[in-house]
Amino acid sequence: MSAAPPRTRVRRVAVAGNPNSGKTSIFNKLTGLRAKVANYTGVTVEKREGRLADSDVSLVDLPGTYSLSARSPEEVIARNVLLGLIDDEPRPDAVVIVVDASNLERNLYLATQIIELGLPTIIACNMMDVVRRRGHSIDLDRLAEKLGVPVLATVARTGDGIAELRNAIIATAERPAEQAFTQRTFPLPDVIESAVERIAERLVADDVATCESARGAALLWLMDRTSDVDPAVRSASLLSRLSAESSMIAETAARQVSDAFEDPTRVVIEARYDWIGDVVCYASPTTDCARRTRTDRIDAILTHRLWGMLVFAGVMFSLFLAIFMLADPLMGLIESAQSATADAITHVIPEGPLQSLLADGVVAGVGSVVIFFPQICILFLLLTLLEDSGYIARAAFLMDRLMSRVGLHGRSFIPLLSSYACAIPGILAARTIEHPRDRLTTILVAPLMSCSARLPVYLIIIGAVFGGSVWMQTGVLFGMYAIGTLTAFVIALILKRSLLKGPPPAFIMELPPYHFPQVRTVLRTTWDRSKLFLMGAGTTIFSVCVVIWALSYFPRLDVNTLSPAESAQLDSIPANDNAARDHTMQSLQLRNSAIGHIGRFIEPVIEPLGYDWRMGIGILTSFLAREVFVGTMGITFALGETDETSDALRERLQTAEWPDGRKLVTPLSGLSLMIFYVFACQCISTLAVVRKETGGWKWPAFMFAYMTIIAYVGALAVFQVGRAMGYA
Amino acid sequence: MSLTLAQLLPGQAGYVRDVDGEKSICHRLLEMGLTRGTAVQLVRVAPLGDPIEVELRGYRLSVRKSEASRVTLEAD
Repeated sequence: MSAAPPRTRVRRVAVAGNPNSGKTSIFNKLTGLRAKVANYTGVTVEKREGRLADSDVSLVDLPGTYSLSARSPEEVIARNVLLGLIDDEPRPDAVVIVVDASNLERNLYLATQIIELGLPTIIACNMMDVVRRRGHSIDLDRLAEKLGVPVLATVARTGDGIAELRNAIIATAERPAEQAFTQRTFPLPDVIESAVERIAERLVADDVATCESARGAALLWLMDRTSDVDPAVRSASLLSRLSAESSMIAETAARQVSDAFEDPTRVVIEARYDWIGDVVCYASPTTDCARRTRTDRIDAILTHRLWGMLVFAGVMFSLFLAIFMLADPLMGLIESAQSATADAITHVIPEGPLQSLLADGVVAGVGSVVIFFPQICILFLLLTLLEDSGYIARAAFLMDRLMSRVGLHGRSFIPLLSSYACAIPGILAARTIEHPRDRLTTILVAPLMSCSARLPVYLIIIGAVFGGSVWMQTGVLFGMYAIGTLTAFVIALILKRSLLKGPPPAFIMELPPYHFPQVRTVLRTTWDRSKLFLMGAGTTIFSVCVVIWALSYFPRLDVNTLSPAESAQLDSIPANDNAARDHTMQSLQLRNSAIGHIGRFIEPVIEPLGYDWRMGIGILTSFLAREVFVGTMGITFALGETDETSDALRERLQTAEWPDGRKLVTPLSGLSLMIFYVFACQCISTLAVVRKETGGWKWPAFMFAYMTIIAYVGALAVFQVGRAMGYA
Repeated sequence: MSLTLAQLLPGQAGYVRDVDGEKSICHRLLEMGLTRGTAVQLVRVAPLGDPIEVELRGYRLSVRKSEASRVTLEAD
């Protein structure tokens, strides 16, 4: 196979198709397990590229879409790749269209649009086994005759037909010129045909499209222009590349079409479907199947009024539990590995800035990235399983009514639920939401769901100030979760009515037949997505960790410049109590470090909330990650490293006082602190992920601002109103 | 008042006469295959009363009642 003559350039072949057509399975079968995954610039559309096994053909997996109409980022990417309009990427030499044979008519809609773009094309008629099982047949020769391109039968699940497909791809990629170019064969009204002709001429003249692709591209552009496609999305495609003169000609042509037809896009869609109907009748003259399929029998339970809801609750509970519990031992392992590494460093490297940088900065930084990895992997694994089996569409079907009340989509449910465990997997899970505004709203409110990192903070504070009644403690804890959740829904509603206002997004979703998930595809997808998180968000998280380390390490404490009170504190420790001395030194170091100065500097701002500078440092370091609060409190109160189960820290908090002798941590200031944690966006990892998912700093900055403002105002209101009512 | 897709009961079917309303949603429905003359059957309604599941062109599609009410039908 490798005897092919050397070439100047790698041949690229795109793989296109509808969602649920088995496109990804085919891509995986063709490439083995060697695909590279990245995102297209600025959008969360996954870009997968891999070498066709034993060849030098590179396969590009396009996002699954139902059409090339440019109404979603996926469609824009698919279209631009096929037209060669993606920067720094050559146009593919050929395209494989994966078609679900059991759903031929709708799949051929996209397929015919792609054929008209003039690339050498192969159609992989997938899921032929389903067709046969249903007692149907498709005459592939007749289909090929009508479509004007070769059609091959495949069954991605079993691998049938994959070898033939592979050979056909190599043959086509090596000799693309041999395939005769196919023009659109169904006629359109004269006004539209002539407009397409004139626009196509300009596309060729301005070198935006080739002779083969121009008419197909012109028709796509004309349909965009005469319908409500978002201008921002549209401008990213063809027109911006035309010269001023050509633009004018194209606009004139579009206006003539708009004048002649009330809705030209509808005319084109209906003409295409009419023609497809004829083609399918010719190639597969079988009757309708009204038989109950396996999917029907499953759905009779899974979307049942009672059983369906129960199963759904069970699935969601398991998902939640898995993120929460299954990841726990792994996270424990990572933590042990982290502290073992830090220990090893302190033994090998002499004490000093380098040791501290490596042990407390670098290792802690790497650790705070890796610590999320088990949760992320588990979530992606379960999500991929749900997606691949077809259940995620049913979950959205069941939950849409509920979510639509706050202007969201059924698909927002799972991301929000996952956010109780951790906002990061939640935000990543929002990728399953098709509509950009819905996706963004979901991302922006997801961090309001109380994540597991807030739990240690709630626990230590509740333990310190709401001691005694278990009912009281449980009630307060539940209250925190409830406040966060309600606020998330209110904010979603506000966002959908203001900043992210727009026509209510349609809920138009295919309910694909259930499939048994393919282990290889699921594992592959899970790994690809998890790796992308590690690479993308990891760098930001790591850098910030090192910065925070520097702020708390410098300037170094000089024992000679201590204030009298600080010296007295140090002198009061018995000479033989080394541990207490170390802890007090740590505490003094933190107090006199840059971050300690910032803590005292902001005390006037946080005092109205009931916090002193020590809690201020805790809050500041918590912007790294909330769970840091407990550890920081341990250091500022001179106890060394602590966790939320520490009795010593709880007692220290209970006895802590303001300089004037008032109690520092009272039920009221404790409540105020918890309210702050419910709302504040104190998680650098979340911000890093949001930046990655939204393609810039604008939305993470907005999220940080709105959440911190609510946190401050909320905590202020609790503390001041509470005090006015006579509580301490 | 003509019959719309949202008014069908589970098991009932009809042929699409027209899809109207806002262009972007209308075009999406058309592209999913709800073109004039297409046979469409209501399969079930979600447990909370919305959305609905319909069968057309041999596959299953879920739409909200608000979208389904844009699709007028000729009774079967």
